[in-house]
Amino acid sequence: MSGRNFAAIIFFAIVAVFLAFGALMMHPFGEFDEENYPEMDQYIIDNTQNETGADNGVTSVVFDYRGFDTLGEATVLFTAVAGVVLLFRRLKK
Amino acid sequence: MIGMSKIVRTITSAVFPFVMIYGLYVIAHGHLTPGGGFQGGAVVASSLAMILVAYGSVWVVGRIKEKHLSILESLGAIGFIGLGFLGIILVLFYSSYEGSFFKNFLIGQNTIPIFNEIGKGLSNINTAGVLPLMNFAVGLKVIAGLFVIVLVMAYATRVKEGK
Repeated sequence: MSGRNFAAIIFFAIVAVFLAFGALMMHPFGEFDEENYPEMDQYIIDNTQNETGADNGVTSVVFDYRGFDTLGEATVLFTAVAGVVLLFRRLKK
Repeated sequence: MIGMSKIVRTITSAVFPFVMIYGLYVIAHGHLTPGGGFQGGAVVASSLAMILVAYGSVWVVGRIKEKHLSILESLGAIGFIGLGFLGIILVLFYSSYEGSFFKNFLIGQNTIPIFNEIGKGLSNINTAGVLPLMNFAVGLKVIAGLFVIVLVMAYATRVKEGK
């Protein structure tokens, strides 16, 4: 076994340990965790219609409360288009 | 890619407007019903991809230029970022106004009478402030972006006719 494979195995073992601990430390699905997530989701459920005027709460989160995240998604799409056009430029005549 | 048979072309021409109108409906009602700019844009782009498959990329490239599509995509991106920055800039015009990046500046005011109402039902389309405009911008960006991806890949790997 070469040193490179050994280093890769060590690295992936560390990553796997972290992932396993992360999965074990998740709070149970569907239960309200008041200590760690005190009021964010309930605040959005209560106030999304008065603050953004939208009936669709998901759209108000995506475009208003988390607008910066949507800007990142749009940047990802722009990068994908730029990459595809750059990659297939040589094949076009 | 060469186009497909006449049966496929006829069926595609019949189905295409309905798919496109459904996608535009999803974009326009993004703040009321499930969906939004990304989802409706993907539906419209798949209707355009359907045209591309049925008629062939050479036929499509003769009618739509890739340069115009990239201009459309840039317009969508500029509109989206510009609406985000307007939340900061409009602080100068409203005195009792607290601005931030991606602030919903159209809601809760009476100066600009568009989209400024608060929605109380699924039929009120003039609600939600800046969200419908952002949906239009993102929808335009997704339509042009996805279609230019499919178009460039199909046109670059096309097979010459008669070979």
